[in-house]
Amino acid sequence: MKTVFEQSSPGREGVWPEKPSSEASDFLPEHLLRSKPADLPSLGELDVVRHFTLLSKRNFGVDGNFYPLGSCTMKYNPKFTEQVAALPGFARLHPVVPQLPWASEMTQGALAVMYETERLLSEITGMAEYTLHPMAGAHGELTGALIMAAYHADKGNKKTKIICPDSAHGTNPASASIAGFEVISIESKNGIVDPEALKAVIDDDVAGLMMTCPNTLGLYEKHLPEIVKMVHDVDALLYYDGANLNAILGKLRVGDAGFDVVHLNLHKTFATPHGGGGPGSGPVGVCEKLRPYLPVSRVVVDVYGRYQLKYDYPKSIGYVAPFYGNFGVVLKAYAYILRLGKEGLIRVSENAVLAANYMRKQLEDVLEIPYNRVCMHEFVASAHDVAEHIRALDLAKALLDKGYHAPTIYFPLIVKEAMMFEPTETENKETLDEFIADLKAIIETAKTDPESITHAPHTMPVKRLDETKAARAMEITHDLG
Amino acid sequence: MPYIPHTDSEIREMLNAVGVSSIEELFAEIPEDMRPKSFDVPHGMTEMAVLRHMENLAAANDIDMVSFLGAGFYDHDSPAAASALISRGEFYTAYTPYQPESSQGTLQAIFEYQTAITRLFEMECSNAGVYDGGTALYEAIMMAVRATKRRKVVISEAVNPIYRIVISTYTKNLKLELVTVPHVQGRTNFEGLVDAIDDKTACVVVQNPNFFGCVQDFTELFNAAKALGALSVMSGYPVLQSVIKTPGAMGADICVAEGQSLGLPLSFGGPYLGIMTCTKKLVRQMPGRIAGRTTDVDGKTGYVLTLQAREQHIRRQKATSNICSNQALCALQTLVHLCLLGDEGLRRQALLSMENAQYAAAQLMELEGVRLLNDAPFGNEFTVLFPGRGREICVSLMSRGIIPGFPTGRYYKGLENGLLVCCTEKHTRAEIDEMVELIGGLA
Repeated sequence: MKTVFEQSSPGREGVWPEKPSSEASDFLPEHLLRSKPADLPSLGELDVVRHFTLLSKRNFGVDGNFYPLGSCTMKYNPKFTEQVAALPGFARLHPVVPQLPWASEMTQGALAVMYETERLLSEITGMAEYTLHPMAGAHGELTGALIMAAYHADKGNKKTKIICPDSAHGTNPASASIAGFEVISIESKNGIVDPEALKAVIDDDVAGLMMTCPNTLGLYEKHLPEIVKMVHDVDALLYYDGANLNAILGKLRVGDAGFDVVHLNLHKTFATPHGGGGPGSGPVGVCEKLRPYLPVSRVVVDVYGRYQLKYDYPKSIGYVAPFYGNFGVVLKAYAYILRLGKEGLIRVSENAVLAANYMRKQLEDVLEIPYNRVCMHEFVASAHDVAEHIRALDLAKALLDKGYHAPTIYFPLIVKEAMMFEPTETENKETLDEFIADLKAIIETAKTDPESITHAPHTMPVKRLDETKAARAMEITHDLG
Repeated sequence: MPYIPHTDSEIREMLNAVGVSSIEELFAEIPEDMRPKSFDVPHGMTEMAVLRHMENLAAANDIDMVSFLGAGFYDHDSPAAASALISRGEFYTAYTPYQPESSQGTLQAIFEYQTAITRLFEMECSNAGVYDGGTALYEAIMMAVRATKRRKVVISEAVNPIYRIVISTYTKNLKLELVTVPHVQGRTNFEGLVDAIDDKTACVVVQNPNFFGCVQDFTELFNAAKALGALSVMSGYPVLQSVIKTPGAMGADICVAEGQSLGLPLSFGGPYLGIMTCTKKLVRQMPGRIAGRTTDVDGKTGYVLTLQAREQHIRRQKATSNICSNQALCALQTLVHLCLLGDEGLRRQALLSMENAQYAAAQLMELEGVRLLNDAPFGNEFTVLFPGRGREICVSLMSRGIIPGFPTGRYYKGLENGLLVCCTEKHTRAEIDEMVELIGGLA
């Protein structure tokens, strides 16, 4: 399909504002002016509408396709929350307004949304307080790591290391490293964190342990109490990667379980659209003793019951974002939580876990499931002995032909030819059954006619793409190649 | 059960298939003493009730004021077609395009976005976007630190103070030396910046137009930095870039910007879009996603995410950054906006905004005791000094329904009498006249 630049026709009128009565040279000296136009596309409105509509048809989204993508929680996104985020009272609000004198009066509604969301997330996870500033899950991890560093520095602790299990999301070690820590990896045993392996590396230099529970295999970490104690015994902090909170709403509050810092992915558990790769939102919650280190600004209620932004927290790590995080995403999550309420949230986890176990049971005859026991919201299978020369990638591509997005493949790294399935609570039973039948049929074909699978997909706009060439030739703009 | 389709009988069937008697049995591994101490969330509400509640909250925000606030975040118009197109479910309910064959729409859009952005800034490479303009500037600095293996950063005080505060948070633990060079009456201090650059300097960081609105040419500064082995980092303003000299033409190594002005709503600070561009030489130091053009097994053109060896899912703690999102929907909206406007539309937006600002500045100058902070050329934003405090002028006008600008005293000592005034194409002459008249009436 032609790029939008190839469709450009110089002189064709687009959606233009009225004609100005001056030239840039009326205001700026010649040497400060742009020498030639940017050569953006020249198109009519319909050209643009049609181009992007056609592009959209070359895409899978949850609205059109089942997305059993493990660890990514691709559930249905309710439509009314888009209406909420587009309300002019929110969408047209300038972010520096609260910095004007007496101006918190003008933003009471927005501040109320932030305050209430923080209280709800605190209750849902059992933490003392939240910041909404981090703009994505990984940004939340970095914020959490900076909070851990500030806590230790304040106490005069000399701590240089953060422990990440081998099943951790790649962002965990990356975030810890960017916050200035050395990263220590420990091996899992039977799919979960092994207290013995932890014992071998934990010492006074350890600032914290980053964990996901249920972990990336979809398993509950049953040694949690022992791990919590070992971590706290050396005055280290326990960090919870909230990517998988979808599994435990109302069943486990990470604060009650002993975690000190938590980040949540609002776009996963609280159903805001992934947008093809963002925007997300990664609020961070902390336990009581970490409260002083939260980023500024913070929303408080004053004695008159008015919401105010406060900046005066001398122990705060400072600003992790220019403003208050991805406010538009927070709005959608807040509306979603209000809509579902207490019982609705609990049902989310119950049905997500039920669907994952149902799918696990239906697939155990055709795919090896290395840790085949009751799972939480997701489970990991292995494609390594499906048939000779057939890889997880091949099954994934064959699924695309059937109209499904593929499960997560090759993660976690600790399972050979891993395929991680997460059906979520919003898919009906017919969809689950059809998917299971289609995947079984693909596996059957892999045994009898492997060629057709190794060449999949056949029905997409393109066949398998040459990724090596893309990296080597590095054609990353229409002009650079 | 909102959004959960299972009937009671289906739940029973599924439980039977799993071989358990109740859903609760699936959570048996979580022992009783680990269960929540409370879960005190209000009962669910209907969609209508939630909407009504949210409308009430939205109404508690005052957006009816006539506002001349900018300070890096601008209320420009965007054609309706942009928001209509990004609300297509195939775009906004899609995942990161890790399965490229089923994500050609998103991938081609990222490729086109990268092309449009590099053309606008006359830079060679662009990534798919990062969180926002502030974190983009921090990432640019870290790119320079990695590329030069030097740890000193020289930054102009005329760079948006909100961004400078963010940068100081991130670099606190990293043993970087951050040297801030004071502005000279709102102008970027070229001499001071050159003097501060030495053989330990990773980069010099400037903004154009700077926080006070001044448009300057940084070519000589960038040449001087290059001679000393330091990289040049600029933070830009995309709309004005359609008329002013580009960072590429000035020789910048890295240029970043807040993409909000290209069609994204102000939305109280987010979601926004961090634009990041650089020279080809530095592309492997650039964090975030990048889409590349390639071919499939039949030789047909297609797109993939490329240069992934830099990223956290492969390199873990050795990755260029921990970033694993790219504000894709915001980047898409920006691209559609740029396609609808084209060069001419964007140029008109810039010029109409500048005309309004020039008019506002001229009218304010007519008032007794009022003057501009300096005589440097400006675009659509300028700093004006009053006999009284900018803060008080703001308070007086706000009670009359107008926000006349941003009081510079909040971030700059000695500029308590200043107000940073911004105009866009959305302002009318009548609004500007009223603002000037009200300020005139304060004396």
